[in-house]
Amino acid sequence: MALIEAIKLEKYYQGRQVLRGISLQIDKGEVLALIGPRGAGKTTLLRILGLLELPSRGEVYFDGVNVTSSGRLRLWARRRMSFVAQKPVVFSGSVRDNVACGLKWRGRNSKSAADRIEAALGLIGMSEYADRDAKALSVGEMQMMALSRALVGEPEVLFLDEPTASLDPVSAARVETVLERLIKLRNMTVVMTTHDMGQGQRLAWRIGVLMAGELLQTGEPREIFCSPATREVAEFVGVENILAGEVVSKSDSLAVIDIGGARLEALTECRLGDLVWVTIRPEDVTFARVREQTSARNVFRGVVTKVAGVGALLRIEVDCGFPLLGVLTKKSAEDMGIERGDEVYVSFKATTVHVIRRQQLKL
Amino acid sequence: MEELGRGFVKAVELIVSLDAEVVEITVRSLMISATSCGIACAICFPLGGLVHFSSFPGKKLFMSLVQTLYSLPTVLVGLFVFVLLSRSGPLGSLGLLFTPAAMVIGQVIFVSPIVLGLAVSALNGLDIALYDAAVGLGASKFQAVLQVMREARYGLLTAAVMGFGRAISEVGLSLMVGGNIKGFTRTLTTAISLETSKGNIELSIALGIVLLVLALMVNLVTGWLQRR
Ligand SMILES: Nc1ncnc2c1ncn2[C@@H]1O[C@H](COP(=O)(O)OP(=O)(O)O)[C@@H](O)[C@H]1O
Ligand SMILES: [Mg+2]
Repeated sequence: MALIEAIKLEKYYQGRQVLRGISLQIDKGEVLALIGPRGAGKTTLLRILGLLELPSRGEVYFDGVNVTSSGRLRLWARRRMSFVAQKPVVFSGSVRDNVACGLKWRGRNSKSAADRIEAALGLIGMSEYADRDAKALSVGEMQMMALSRALVGEPEVLFLDEPTASLDPVSAARVETVLERLIKLRNMTVVMTTHDMGQGQRLAWRIGVLMAGELLQTGEPREIFCSPATREVAEFVGVENILAGEVVSKSDSLAVIDIGGARLEALTECRLGDLVWVTIRPEDVTFARVREQTSARNVFRGVVTKVAGVGALLRIEVDCGFPLLGVLTKKSAEDMGIERGDEVYVSFKATTVHVIRRQQLKL
Repeated sequence: MEELGRGFVKAVELIVSLDAEVVEITVRSLMISATSCGIACAICFPLGGLVHFSSFPGKKLFMSLVQTLYSLPTVLVGLFVFVLLSRSGPLGSLGLLFTPAAMVIGQVIFVSPIVLGLAVSALNGLDIALYDAAVGLGASKFQAVLQVMREARYGLLTAAVMGFGRAISEVGLSLMVGGNIKGFTRTLTTAISLETSKGNIELSIALGIVLLVLALMVNLVTGWLQRR
C-alpha cells in the first residue's frame, strides 16, 4: 500500500486552475522528485501532499487514511512529516534553538532531546554552529539548518521544495551532497521538487514531470529521459533531436517514418498514418567518413554544419535532410578529421529511436 | 520666574526626601496605568493574532478605523465611560464612577487601538513563511500562531510600552471618571492639573518631573526594543 496517495487533485487560485486532476502514489521509502519549469505547480502540489494546503478538489490519503479535510487527522499525519521550504525560514534564537523546534511540537520526550539535537546537527556537519545566532547565518547555512531541524524529529516523510534553488552554486552543491548522503543513510520517504532535471536524476529514484498543472509522466529517471511521454517532457528533460514525422509504412513493430522527405526506421507501437515526434539521443549517433557496412538501419549522408564543445566531447550538428545532433570524443573527431563543411555518414539503430504519438496536429 | 526657580528647588527637595504624597501618587499612577495596559494587551494581542491570521471582508477598513482611533480624544472616552457608569447609566448599579476601576476601564478603551494597531503591524512585519515553517515541523495551528507571536515579541512589547506611555500621561479621562479624589483616584496628571490651578506649584513641578522621567524611560525602552 502506498504511504501517500493523491487522487484527482485540483487546485484553483482566484478561479485560475493551477493543478489539473493529479493522481499519484508514493511508496514508503521511495525518493520521488517532481520536476517541471517554474510556475508548473510543483510547490502547490508539494504543499498539498505535505498537508500545508487544501486542494480545491480531490483526496489525499496518508498511510491508508483519508486526511483531506479533518484537521485532527491532518495534524496526526503532519506530525509524521517534515516540510522544508524553498526559501529557508529562521526562528529567532541560536541554531540549536532552531533545531529544537523540530522536536518541540512532536511531543518527543525531552530527556533525549539534547542528544537528538546534537545528532541532527552532526548529521549535516553543523555541530560547531550550535550556539551561533541563526539569523546571522548565510543562506546556505540556513538551509542546512532547516534540513537538520526537519530531520531531528525523525519524520517518516521529508518534503523538500527546491532545496537548492535559493542558494549560490557552492552551497547548492553542499546541500545536495548532504541530501544524497541522508537518502542513502535513512530509510525515509522523500518527496522533493526541482526545476533541474539533473538534480532529479542524481537524487531521486522516481521522477514525476509536472507541466502547466498536469502530471505528464512518472517513471524512473532513465525511463523519462529515454522515452519521454510527450514532446514537452522531451524538451524539458533536455532531449535533443526532436523531429516531427509521420508513419508511412508499418510491418510488425518496425515502422518507416517520414521526416520531411528523409525516411528513418524505428520500433514503435504507433500505427500507419500516425503523426509522431521522433527523438534520437545524440549519444546514439555514430559517425563515419565513408559508407560502411553497418547493422544500423538508419544511415544518412550529410554535411557537418557545426562543431562545438568544450572538454573531451564535441557536439556535431549534421544536415542530412533534417538536422541531427551527435556527440563524438575530441580524439575520434581528430582521427576522422571531421570539421565544419565536411561530408559525413551518420547512422543510428532503429531500436534507439524513440517515437511519441502526437496528440493532434500543431500549427 | 523667581517663583518658578524656587518651586523647582522645593520640588527637587520633595522628590529627594521621598515625600509621602509624591510617592503615593506616583505608585497609584503606575498601578492604574500598568493594570490598564496589561488588560489592553490581554485583549489586543490575541485579537491582533486573530486579525492577522484570518481574512474577513472589511479587514482593511477595520485596520484603518483602528488607526484613526490612535488619536481618540481622552475627553470623548471620558464622556463615554462617564455616561456608562453614572448612576442612571447602563452600568450605574456597579457604583464604579469615581473609582480607580472606572479609570482603568477608560484607559483600556483609550489605549486599545494603539496596542492593537501596533500588535498587528508587528505581526505583519514578520516573514509570512514562519507560520508554515512551524506547521511543516508538526505544529498545530494554535502552536504555530504562538510561535509566530513569540517571533513578534519585541514588536508586541513595543506595543505594550507605547500603550503604557499613553495611559500614564493622559489626563482628561482620569479627571472625568476618577474625580481626582485625594488618596483614592489622584494620579500624577490629575494632581498636576489641579494643584497648579490651586497655586501649589512645588508639588506640581515635583510630580511633573516624575512624569517626565517616566516618559523618558518609556522612550528609552521603546527605542531599545526597536533596535532588537
Ligand atoms: N498563493 C497563491 N495565490 C495565487 N496564485 C498562486 C499562489 N501560489 C501559487 N500560485 C500560482 O500557481 C501557479 C503555480 O505556482 P507554484 O506551485 O508555485 O509553481 P512552481 O513551484 O512549479 O514554480 C503559478 O502560476 C503561481 O503564480
Ligand atoms: Mg516553487
